[in-house]
Amino acid sequence: MVAADLLVAQNVAFGIISLMMIVGALRVVTVNNVVHAALWLVVVLSGAAAQYLLLSAEFVAITQILVYVGAVMVLFLFGTMLTRARIGSESDLNNKNWALGIPVALLMLGVMSYVIIDGFGDERLIENPGDMEPIPVQVISDDIFGPYLLPFWALSFVLLVAVIGAIVLARKD
Amino acid sequence: MLTTQFLLLGAVLFCIGVYGVLARKNAVMVLMSIELILNSVNINLLAFSVRHGSVDGNTFALYIIAIAAAEVGVGLAMVLLIYRNRRTIALDDLSEMKG
Amino acid sequence: MLAQEMNSEIVASSGWFLDHAWVIPIIPAVAFVLIIFFGKKLPMKGSELGVFSMLASLVFAGGAAWQWIQRVNSVVDVAHDAVKEGAYHAAPYVEPVIREWTWWQSGGFHFGIGQHIDGLALTLLVVVAFISSLVQIYSLEYLRGDRRYTHFFAALTLFSAGMLCMVLAPNMVQLILGWEIMGLCSFMLIGHWWEEEANSRAALKAFFTVRVGDVGLLIGTGILFFSANSWTQENLGVSGFNISGLSAWAMSGEASSSALTWGAVALFIACIGKSGQFPLHTWLPDAMAGPTPVSSLLHSSTMVVAGVFLVARVYPVFWEGMKIGDTNINFIVLIGGITIVIAALLAFVQNDIKKVLAYSTVSQLGYMMMGLGAGAWLPAVFHIFTHAFFKACLFLAAGSVSHSGSHHSFDMKKDMGGLAKKMPITATTWIISTLALTGVFPLAGFFSKDEIIDNVGYGGYNAFMIVGLSGAFLTAAYMTRATYLTFFGKARGAAAGEHHDEHDAHADAHDSHDAHAAHDAHDSHDAHGADHGPHESPKLITVPLMILAALALVAGLSNATPFGESWERFKKYVEPSAEYVAIESHMATGPGEAIIVPQQNTTAEGGEGKYDKGCAVVAPEAGMACYFPTVKHAPFKWSKAALSLIIVAVGLISSWMFCVQYYTRRNKRLVGLTERSKVLRGGYAFLWNKYYLDALYEKVIVRSIAHPIAAAAAWVNQNILDGIVNGVGKVSRRVAGWVYRNIDQRVVDGAVNGSGAAARGTGGALRPVQSGKVNQYGALLFAAAAIGALILVIINT
Repeated sequence: MVAADLLVAQNVAFGIISLMMIVGALRVVTVNNVVHAALWLVVVLSGAAAQYLLLSAEFVAITQILVYVGAVMVLFLFGTMLTRARIGSESDLNNKNWALGIPVALLMLGVMSYVIIDGFGDERLIENPGDMEPIPVQVISDDIFGPYLLPFWALSFVLLVAVIGAIVLARKD
Repeated sequence: MLTTQFLLLGAVLFCIGVYGVLARKNAVMVLMSIELILNSVNINLLAFSVRHGSVDGNTFALYIIAIAAAEVGVGLAMVLLIYRNRRTIALDDLSEMKG
Repeated sequence: MLAQEMNSEIVASSGWFLDHAWVIPIIPAVAFVLIIFFGKKLPMKGSELGVFSMLASLVFAGGAAWQWIQRVNSVVDVAHDAVKEGAYHAAPYVEPVIREWTWWQSGGFHFGIGQHIDGLALTLLVVVAFISSLVQIYSLEYLRGDRRYTHFFAALTLFSAGMLCMVLAPNMVQLILGWEIMGLCSFMLIGHWWEEEANSRAALKAFFTVRVGDVGLLIGTGILFFSANSWTQENLGVSGFNISGLSAWAMSGEASSSALTWGAVALFIACIGKSGQFPLHTWLPDAMAGPTPVSSLLHSSTMVVAGVFLVARVYPVFWEGMKIGDTNINFIVLIGGITIVIAALLAFVQNDIKKVLAYSTVSQLGYMMMGLGAGAWLPAVFHIFTHAFFKACLFLAAGSVSHSGSHHSFDMKKDMGGLAKKMPITATTWIISTLALTGVFPLAGFFSKDEIIDNVGYGGYNAFMIVGLSGAFLTAAYMTRATYLTFFGKARGAAAGEHHDEHDAHADAHDSHDAHAAHDAHDSHDAHGADHGPHESPKLITVPLMILAALALVAGLSNATPFGESWERFKKYVEPSAEYVAIESHMATGPGEAIIVPQQNTTAEGGEGKYDKGCAVVAPEAGMACYFPTVKHAPFKWSKAALSLIIVAVGLISSWMFCVQYYTRRNKRLVGLTERSKVLRGGYAFLWNKYYLDALYEKVIVRSIAHPIAAAAAWVNQNILDGIVNGVGKVSRRVAGWVYRNIDQRVVDGAVNGSGAAARGTGGALRPVQSGKVNQYGALLFAAAAIGALILVIINT
């Protein structure tokens, strides 16, 4: 797994960022304070955005920051505020049989890791990482409004329905 | 860079998210865990986008981000509704589905 | 070569209506939207929009049909000249007017929408637009004062749009679109008076039964697309959804025979559902719960022939997939034959006049299917054409009887009888249509039904010719029974003016109940004439009846085989020619043009021998394509026609005598026969219970599938899931304590709460856990997915 080009800067960056993400993700699912969990989630999502940059997907990374770290997190904090007056640590955030999650998650991790390592092994993502160039937004827009126009329409419809649904659900009547 | 490292990162995040969905009681926390899962999928998509030299992965990562935003919006609206009706958002208490 | 020269020379005429036939379904679709949004504000509550849109469609369809006739003539004339010079075959290939635009695309797939106009499509277009117009005019009176008057016309108009869209379809995707729109409208219209539970149950039954078949449509389309796409892309430059592409692929000799067989079987299952063939015919009689115009339009003359149309449309796929060319029994002819007989037998024990007609429809659809299955393509399509007129007329006459004669009752035994004198126009049109249906010379049914029977026998399916003849006998008999009970004999019940007061009192008593409000609403318009008994219906009802009856008289003459070839106009204009077509010239000309592909005479008419060349017998050479198999046409013989006419006459007369004896004279030997004879009683009960098919579906199949699953799920829930959860709880009892004390405390960012959380968490783990939690279901889901993946990995390594 350790490639010959271990010293490539991207690899170092990947290692640091993924370590940060994994720690953050673990804290999200274990910490006993909803607001803290949300803040740890910010760490994970920002880390993901950094990974996207490594993968030369600048536009997606920026969208990730804007939508996730900006909007979705604010939504989460509002949700927390509106449903629980108490902002602080709580004792019973976990399920009664939370332990069931551990074997299931480990089993899935085992299967997936085996499949991934078995399937891709030492294969390089790209022959020369120096060749990677950021994808222009224009190319993405051509893709969205060209061959994948139909999913885009469907998506617009889903968003519309979600907006209406959220209003209907949350409205006081 | 190896393909494997990105996919493994995605797998680890996915499984942590699954654990969160299973273990958490608070509905907001469950939603956060779902966000973890969706992000792990995005990492996979972008990795494959680079691997195949195609822009399709980027496109669908964007779609997933949009869907996730919609999902969080509706999810939180539902949580608010549940909270208003029951003064709790503990999923353990929502056992109408008991057969 | 002379052939090449001819290709470029002969270009068939086209015309505006032909090129713009796609407008035909657009008109009612637009009208539907307008009716929905503005209908209630209009002076006639939206019905005028429906009627006008159907009339406009009819004009467009008629114009297109006229130009198609010109087009065929322009080609045929040249061809005839060529024949005189001794060079060419006289049945030229007239290219259909195909236009297609990209409707939507996803990934690499393009889905088209457009038109595929040929004789078959135009026949259906004209019939649908024509019957729809008449039925909408009829409904103006029939549904006057109905609570959901506007919605009724909206749904009726949308149905027409869907049917026209399906008929025009140049590819399977558009066909499915129209097909599903029709299914939806059928559901809405059957359940139009949904306040009565029987109606909504019938609507659901129709929807679900047809749905069972629709799965076959999707699967069949998928199978054909994935097997045909590469061939069609390479050779014709169209996708594997394209209907002419599929036809050419099926006849190319390069198609995989298993894909063809399974694709055809799957598509035919859809046809079984839609066209009410055995064993999915049970929904159609129940669908008569809808208003009578709906039964007339959807469930007799147009929508239910969609299945027949589908088989006729992609006939080469069925021809090759089902091996219709052989004389062995195939799936289609078998199902059609069974349907003819079982539905005709069921029609004898019905007391509801509409149910008699419903079973009659099922039986006639069986004729069409049997014809298609035996290679009698043209007679089957012709039967669609003629059947539409007389069956629509019969239904509308039944509606007229119930509207003005029997006070909204459809029960022939209780509320009808002797109506011929009171309702002369209705009775006359009914009798004409009945004679047309039974196939009396020279009415419409004779020319189509007799041709089917004749050609089935000529195609080598002798057993099914006998089935067809016995079906003709049964048809004559049960239609005579229905006619006698309705229009002759002694007036009973409402027909005698009795039922009236009772019914009104009944309505008054229930006025306060909302459940009956709709029924009253559709009754209430009758209040204006509540005083008098049976009377003739108003003009809005009788005029459509008279038009349809007139067509039932003469429509058969459009393909009157007995009078010689010059009378076979339907054959000339509708049947595609089974000729090898050079793909290059064909594709280059594009839409709106036609070519004659000069091939030496490939088919020989006459004689029962097999062809040794021609389309579907010998695969086309490279660069050539076939679009239609070589079918045989039985030469007309008066001896055969006389046989079937005698059978029909015997059926008519014997049934009439029986009815007179049984229903009017109450002949002692006949009345109570079912009580006296065990065999007859058993047979009657068997028929009365519709062969116990409904019981089989609901009690046996649904119960045996659904109940064990539910029981098993409950058992799993109670024993396994709870057991696992309890086990996990018990095992983790000590582990959890340890984990909480040693690991969780470090994670918890406050030592004060930590011990409490640990204690409570431990307690929570100890407690027996119940089912019904989202998390448990999630755990089961993910664990199952992981284990499934694990098994896959193990299998693959």
